[in-house]
Amino acid sequence: MDLFSDYTLRVVALGSGVLGAAAGALGSFAYLRRQSLVGDALSHAALPGIALVFLLTGSKAPLPIMMGAALTGWIATLLIRAVVRRSRVPYDSALGMALAVFFGIGLVLLTLIQKRPDAAQAGLESFLFGQAASLLREDVIVMSVLGGACLVILGLLWKEFKLLSFDSEFGDSIGWPMRRFDGLCTLLLVVAVVTGLRTVGVVLMSAMVVAPAAAARQLTDRLAPMVGLAAAIGVFSGVTGAVLSSMVPRLPTGPTIVLVLSTIVVMSLVLAPDRGLLWRWVKLGRLQPAAALDPVLMHLYALAQQHPDDPDHGHGVGVLRTMSPAGADIERVLDDLSNRGLVHSVGHDLWAPTPIGRREAERSIEAQSKVAS
Amino acid sequence: MVVDQTPAMEVEDLTVAYSDQPVLWDIDLTVPAGDKMAIVGPNGAGKSTLIKAAMGLVPSVAGEVRVFGRRFAKGNGEIAYVPQRSSLEWDFPTDVLDVVTMGTYGGLGWFRRPGNAERDRARAALEEVTMAAFEHRPIAQLSGGQQQRVLLARALVQEAPILMLDEPFQGVDAPTERAIVAVLDRLSDEGKTVIVVHHDLQTVPEYFDSVLLLNVRAIESGSVADVFTEDNLRLTFGGRVGVLAQLAATVSEG
Amino acid sequence: MTPELEILAIAIVTAVAASLPGTYLVLRRTAMVSDAISHAILPGIVVAFFFTRDLTSPLLLLAAALTGVLTVVLIEALISSRLVPEDASIGIVFPALFSIGVILISRGASDVHLDTDAVLLGELAFAPFHRLTVGGVDLGPAALWSMGAILVVNLALILLAWKELKLATVDAGLAALLGFQPLMIHYGLMTMVSVTAVGAFDAVGSILVVALMIAPPATAYLLAERLGLVIGLSAVVAAAGAVLGWAGALALDVSIAGAIATASGLLFAVAFLLAPRRGLVAQARRRSGQRLDFAVRMLLVHLLHHEDMPEAAEECREEGLHRHLGWREAWTRRVIGKAESRALIARRGELVLPTEAGRHLADDAVIGFSG
Repeated sequence: MDLFSDYTLRVVALGSGVLGAAAGALGSFAYLRRQSLVGDALSHAALPGIALVFLLTGSKAPLPIMMGAALTGWIATLLIRAVVRRSRVPYDSALGMALAVFFGIGLVLLTLIQKRPDAAQAGLESFLFGQAASLLREDVIVMSVLGGACLVILGLLWKEFKLLSFDSEFGDSIGWPMRRFDGLCTLLLVVAVVTGLRTVGVVLMSAMVVAPAAAARQLTDRLAPMVGLAAAIGVFSGVTGAVLSSMVPRLPTGPTIVLVLSTIVVMSLVLAPDRGLLWRWVKLGRLQPAAALDPVLMHLYALAQQHPDDPDHGHGVGVLRTMSPAGADIERVLDDLSNRGLVHSVGHDLWAPTPIGRREAERSIEAQSKVAS
Repeated sequence: MVVDQTPAMEVEDLTVAYSDQPVLWDIDLTVPAGDKMAIVGPNGAGKSTLIKAAMGLVPSVAGEVRVFGRRFAKGNGEIAYVPQRSSLEWDFPTDVLDVVTMGTYGGLGWFRRPGNAERDRARAALEEVTMAAFEHRPIAQLSGGQQQRVLLARALVQEAPILMLDEPFQGVDAPTERAIVAVLDRLSDEGKTVIVVHHDLQTVPEYFDSVLLLNVRAIESGSVADVFTEDNLRLTFGGRVGVLAQLAATVSEG
Repeated sequence: MTPELEILAIAIVTAVAASLPGTYLVLRRTAMVSDAISHAILPGIVVAFFFTRDLTSPLLLLAAALTGVLTVVLIEALISSRLVPEDASIGIVFPALFSIGVILISRGASDVHLDTDAVLLGELAFAPFHRLTVGGVDLGPAALWSMGAILVVNLALILLAWKELKLATVDAGLAALLGFQPLMIHYGLMTMVSVTAVGAFDAVGSILVVALMIAPPATAYLLAERLGLVIGLSAVVAAAGAVLGWAGALALDVSIAGAIATASGLLFAVAFLLAPRRGLVAQARRRSGQRLDFAVRMLLVHLLHHEDMPEAAEECREEGLHRHLGWREAWTRRVIGKAESRALIARRGELVLPTEAGRHLADDAVIGFSG
């Protein structure tokens, strides 16, 4: 089959490409803002919207369905925010709860729909895993307009969104309405997610948000190339997956797209120049585990050796600073080490290694002496 | 030093509370124009909160802030802010020049992209903090001192009459510390007002003209010579001043 | 037992079993791992199914548990590579594994019961059809036995490792210091989550497992303070959600699993609004009282602060107070009225001055927060 002559295939490829671009580009901002899993909650929360629109209007026209999906997705993000701000329920719990409860409501509505006598409900299941082959020309037109609008707004507010992701407080200090930008950025993500539901499905749409950004981030250290690359990866995997699934029988679109994407992510993690795992492995050889142990722990261990009878003898941050290279952020390192259970605070700005920390330090010294001999 | 009649900043009866827990109680503070002021106090004294509240970055429950005699409004370009280095995500995919160029955003308005003129201003600021050679360096590859200088350069680009810096010397190397001090001196000589949250008591007399001793309340403020006394420090830090002095001694012994 | 009651029994047992490990997930801020695990165990189940051709085989449980742990290992490996942040690591790993499972099913197993809708959505209504029979004697629905066993094991493990789990949840650093193995506890918990998820997926589907694991503990977290109480309450809330959802589903003839998730969400919403101490209503009521209280203290601190200063005449004049404090005039009058009624201030001409009692209160206020 030829991609450029087959009409259905062309429609499918175009639709998947548009969604890949929009989700990839906006997903980059979600990724950088540590909101990768919002896409997951959003797409699941879209299900009741889809079902509700169908229940009320009996129509499967793309625009109303997408609007319904966007509405409940948006409501879910508002609820998550309200719960996090007004209660002590942590962010990830609020996210997971919104995801599962909205999906449950959607399921209830779907079973209500299935009881209707008309057969028009057939096909709503395709929203679960996506069915690229069922895309119609009018679906793709709506998807293109919405996805395109997202990209245009992103282009217009580029530096605003960049500041939002990098240093929102600075934006606030120069008088910008950062909370509104935050809302707008989330809204665009909602729209991008919604455009993809028909193709990828609610269950796996979140991968379209996270994976292209994660792969692109490995390949560049600048924002514009990252967003461009993420969009390109989104387009490529969207088109490849959709075309594959409409040519091979019994190959659902969503999972196929996700597997293409996952392959790209793994390749970029391993092969990315400079930061990739392969590169790192070549550079550091097998010294990695020892080298990963922070020198601050070794210093603290060395200091603790001077007080063999008092394992909890505290050592000051100032001393550690003088032992470390200029500019090292000792407090942060200590924080990190303490989270890993390797050091603990024994007084105001006084630190000591934990038994585990001492053991790790000894192990590291052993490893290094082996390498040396 | 040029001393204007109108103070650069007047804080009156400022109170800040997080969920009904006051972190700043009824702060009064006058900062003369051209002053270099340190804000000093123990951990949890509300130092960072004070400068953030003065800029309207955290809401206050009472009080007023006037800048050059007018009620302060965000976004009029009067205050440039250097946040704590550790509050930022340094893994963000961007380079040094781009971060410094963000200092021009306030004057650009929405939608407009920074152009060559803006980038040239950013380069000039980078020159001043001796980071010109690093303009294309990804920020993820900077040392702590370099990060701090980039943030200072971004504030310089804003060309604001008042600069507020939150712990700019925290964990930086000696050359960076000297470079920052030189820039602050130069700004002060030009009549700009510099307000710094500072944690190293030893360097206060050397680096600053005046000091605010803060511990939830304003303990005392005024010129370093008048205010920076052992009694006042004890009032501010309680018993902990001894520990601080000890620590300082350990560090200097090396 | 009628099939309806059997369904109810399965629903309650499943919900309670899921709420036990769920409490720790919520408290440890790793709730989204339940989402990841419940999806990612699919390929394990499918592969095991290809070998055994039996959906009730215990091998499926084992395979799923292993896949669940593998998921956690993969996520941790991605995080520790420092190339990808934590949330994105979760978002990368589980869709990939889940996709493999879905494709395996639709390519290889579409002729049998194991279809994707069932995995995703579950169907409690069918659960009573799978019976456990020993020597020709019908012992009831198989799902009730398997979930019951999981419930008992979960409960036993939590009771056995009570203080280890508690410490590792409250303070991982301290747990490591005391010689506990936070990593082992972590993986143990994750295995518990995996086994529970695979036991429950058959009945309620992989997505609703997430609702059962997170919503009841989050609800209990708003109602109780002590860990034991949170766990007990979340089991109660889970059972209540199961009963409510079951009744609703019977009345409306809709998906039971969906209705239970909805009911759990509603119970959370009720707690979020009405919880005695942490609910929105209680917060609002407390805040309006506290605001006035706080304002009185602020007024006193202000008056005390300026009392002996030359500007006292200006700062402490009643009519100028609202300007100095940046308050609205009406509010300022209310605060002054309140302070006066409590004999904390007294007027002297135009001035407002703190009384001895007011002085004490202001001193307490300031010392209480700076000392």
